[in-house]
Amino acid sequence: MTSRVEKLREQSLNAVNRISPERAVLITEFYKSQDARGRSVPVQRALALDHFLSHKKLWLGEGEMIVGERGPAPKATPTYPEITLHSLKDLEILDARPKVSFKVEEEVYRVYREEIIPFWRGRTNRDRLMTAMDKSWLNAYHAGVFTEFQEQRAPGHTVLGDKIYHKGLIDLQQEIRRQIRALDYFHDPEALDKREELTAMSLAAGAVMRFAGRYADLLHGEAAREKDPLRRRELEEMEAVCRWVPAHAPRTFHEALQYYWFVHLGVVSELNPWDSFNPGRLDQHLLPFYRKGLEEGSLTEEKARELLSCFWVKFNNHPSPPKIGVTAQESNTYTDFTLINLGGVTPGGEDAVNKLTFLILDVIEEMRLLQPSSMIQVSRKNPDRFIHRALDIIKTGFGQPSVFNTDAIVAELVRQGKDIEDARRGGASGCVESGAFGTEAYILTGYFNFNKVLEVTLHDGTDPRSGKKIGLTTGDPRGFKSFEELMQAFEKQMNYFLDIKIRGNNIIERINARYLPAPFLSLFIDDCIANGRDYNAGGARYNTSYIQGVGLGSITDNLTSLKYHVFDKKDISMSSMLNMLEKNFDGYDEIRHDLVYMTPKFGNDDDYADVKAREVFEIFFEAVDGRPSSRGGTFRINLLPTTSHVYFGSVIGAMPDGRKAGEPLSEGISPVQGADRQGPTSVIRSVSKIDHLRTGGTLLNQKFSPEFFSDQDAKQKLTALIRSYFRLDGHHIQFNVVRAETLRDAQKHPERYRDLIVRVAGYSDYFNDLGVELQNEIIKRTEHEGM
Amino acid sequence: MHDGPGIRTTVFFKGCPLQCWWCHNPEGIRKDEEEVVSVHKMEGRDFPVKETVGRWMDTEEVMNEIVRERVFMEESGGGVTFSGGEPLGQVDFLEDLLLACKREGFHTAVDTTGYTSRKNLMKIMALTDIFLYDVKHMDDRRHLAYTGVSNGRILENLTFLASQNKKIMIRLPVLPAMNDDDENIGRTLHFLKSLTPAIVEVDLLPYHAMATHKYEKFGMDYKMSGIPEPGADDLERMKKKFERAGFQVKIGG
Repeated sequence: MTSRVEKLREQSLNAVNRISPERAVLITEFYKSQDARGRSVPVQRALALDHFLSHKKLWLGEGEMIVGERGPAPKATPTYPEITLHSLKDLEILDARPKVSFKVEEEVYRVYREEIIPFWRGRTNRDRLMTAMDKSWLNAYHAGVFTEFQEQRAPGHTVLGDKIYHKGLIDLQQEIRRQIRALDYFHDPEALDKREELTAMSLAAGAVMRFAGRYADLLHGEAAREKDPLRRRELEEMEAVCRWVPAHAPRTFHEALQYYWFVHLGVVSELNPWDSFNPGRLDQHLLPFYRKGLEEGSLTEEKARELLSCFWVKFNNHPSPPKIGVTAQESNTYTDFTLINLGGVTPGGEDAVNKLTFLILDVIEEMRLLQPSSMIQVSRKNPDRFIHRALDIIKTGFGQPSVFNTDAIVAELVRQGKDIEDARRGGASGCVESGAFGTEAYILTGYFNFNKVLEVTLHDGTDPRSGKKIGLTTGDPRGFKSFEELMQAFEKQMNYFLDIKIRGNNIIERINARYLPAPFLSLFIDDCIANGRDYNAGGARYNTSYIQGVGLGSITDNLTSLKYHVFDKKDISMSSMLNMLEKNFDGYDEIRHDLVYMTPKFGNDDDYADVKAREVFEIFFEAVDGRPSSRGGTFRINLLPTTSHVYFGSVIGAMPDGRKAGEPLSEGISPVQGADRQGPTSVIRSVSKIDHLRTGGTLLNQKFSPEFFSDQDAKQKLTALIRSYFRLDGHHIQFNVVRAETLRDAQKHPERYRDLIVRVAGYSDYFNDLGVELQNEIIKRTEHEGM
Repeated sequence: MHDGPGIRTTVFFKGCPLQCWWCHNPEGIRKDEEEVVSVHKMEGRDFPVKETVGRWMDTEEVMNEIVRERVFMEESGGGVTFSGGEPLGQVDFLEDLLLACKREGFHTAVDTTGYTSRKNLMKIMALTDIFLYDVKHMDDRRHLAYTGVSNGRILENLTFLASQNKKIMIRLPVLPAMNDDDENIGRTLHFLKSLTPAIVEVDLLPYHAMATHKYEKFGMDYKMSGIPEPGADDLERMKKKFERAGFQVKIGG
């Protein structure tokens, strides 16, 4: 690491999260102004972005080589009042959160009180959306049956393909002009909408080019003032870079990175999309620039490493936008889910691992930053040494990179109807979600709480927590004669709630299509320009809406326990089971012990339990997969929790697997914490019993002690374990490399473990920043001592 | 678990003719099913639970368990290891299982004390890809004291296997003040050198007290109390010695 990089990294780590009112003020100023009047919604959005980028404060860090910040300084985080409006109370909560707080200065409160809140109250997108929801949706939502991603953030979730490395924004503007000229006002009833959308795209492109121009001017001035001749040369070079990109296609490694970064800033300033925008297949996109630079002598390996390191710092400077209400208090994470993809296959299907792949892995190891996160795509065509190098880094215990199955991702995307080359250009983003990079809008719509549905089923449609009837009347379970009757009731409730969720999604998608266009993002995702349609309105080549199932391990164990004890062994009657659950096992320690220890569990390659996982999977899949969405896309499923298994657990009482009220559920497709007692190969066999290829991503978390990675032999075994899981079509596996004692000690002495990063669920976070329940849960995850 | 190349499925046989003081698999010593009490912990409370250790199984049952692991064995170049206890104590069953494994294409390893008849060894030799073979002490008197049996037959069988060009991994427990003296190490080295090239690896297995609690559970005496675990430096020195003699060596094998 050069001293420059060391300094920038240190600054980024030490920078304090704060709320910046800058964007809220400028956006409000724009919407109050004359310029906003009489414009179409997309054009308003583009002009709002322009107003923000033209007036925001520019930041230039000492020694920086890649320029641009979303806020006025690193980690100064903007708000998006047109989407969701923070109350003064929300700001106080964010300021006081014990975990990952955002400092809120007096000035922010004042501005919010006097300008932002009076203007936006009652007219945010969130207001629009919540008033459009019916009672059944609100009941299920408030009970915690599902969450809604678009409630506080704009739809996002896409990853950039290779477009920007071939085309400048001026080229895109030319394409737009051609499209506008070709509009058919005689036959196409949407011609006007298309013109407005295309115009907005062009305006947004102009906004970001002007923003780059402001940076070029700033750098010009700085260079003139700079006394150190070396830095002066550098500033002049940086100025030249900003004069060329993003207007034109990049010619050098440096230009390629800076171009991406301007695009990134445009996308995350325009809206607050879930999840962070992402360059995706970085080792593929940058390779031609890397090679060319080395050949021409304009670039060295060291220079490339330094530029990449500076680029890495930029991501780390940008926490995700803070939330409101309960989520502001309880959100367990504020990382923005950028996931750099390495390896995999080329569009032609060949091994894509190259020199740059290994250089980027070096940077990941050296930088050891939370963001950007990273993953390796492992195809059967990739060499073992690629996995070995990644294991060296995983071993150091900061949760990166995670490991994905390229062949499964391609198969999943092709099953969904995508062209195979588009699929091979894809990868995974966010936590584990498969996507065709550059051509797909794949919106996560919300987590779905399988176990809450079971709880409601066990209470004949009532939520025992509120006493409210939120589900269907499927009968008092005490009257069920067979386990099949219980399953049928559960399936009915599942279908009922999934229908509510899908209906809600379709309404929300229309609202977002109409009121929340993203003309800047639309420039980069094919075929938005060709279709003259926004990213949020179905403009992309592929449009997918995901519902993410949560708690597969828990639901499997709960159903298994009911079948085992109530219907097969008949040693516990349904009514005493319900009675114990109601009492939260108080006074029933012995029976609870049997439920926890003496009952078949998911994760041990025991079909008695594992069959239930498959049944739940099929119910979920049948209810969702293939249904049309109102953007003209399709609903699909995936199985990942982020941190929602903690929230979902908090709204559920005691359950038949012995879990007490309020405790977290299992995460991803992993077994219930501590329930897998037969070692990692049994876990892998159990979780392979569901059909990963019919999902858009599954998440498997395995914790290993560091010794597991100790020598070449161990590395080869882990590599074989990965290859085996992937041969069984597993989608993703991640390794947490820590010891339980270390974590316990970290709970006692957090001050000594400030740098301790653990893998949570598809992403990494500082252990100290996690809520205590999540900390406990990570400790509980089985530590596999041997294989 | 390090019990041969790659990821391995290990089948433990119950029953052992030896009673080594340091045995870390005491559940493998007696031949029959045993009832023991395990303690489950939940929220600070202990729940004692009766458990049966060992199960009578036939070849088909065991193979059903083994084939589940096929993908891991194939991807890692691993295979099946028969261990114990002493697998040769049930030699016909072992032969059956080895045959079945070979039919499935699995690599096979037999982890043995070597305390068995030549006839038994001949039965399974051709079906075994690699032997994991314990050498505990070269001095017969002390071998008898520590394990309950003489080492004569064990060393003869080892010499025989080597003469038949079987691949052998030597497993050498390192027991401070019991078998780690220069004299014993010297004699062991000398003996093993006479067997090359059959010896593909020497694993130094440092004694550890991790199995102490198991002895309580099985109601057995643990004779090793007071014996320290070997130091890392001593192990390294020993490793060097074997390496200088031309062996491939692993600590903890």
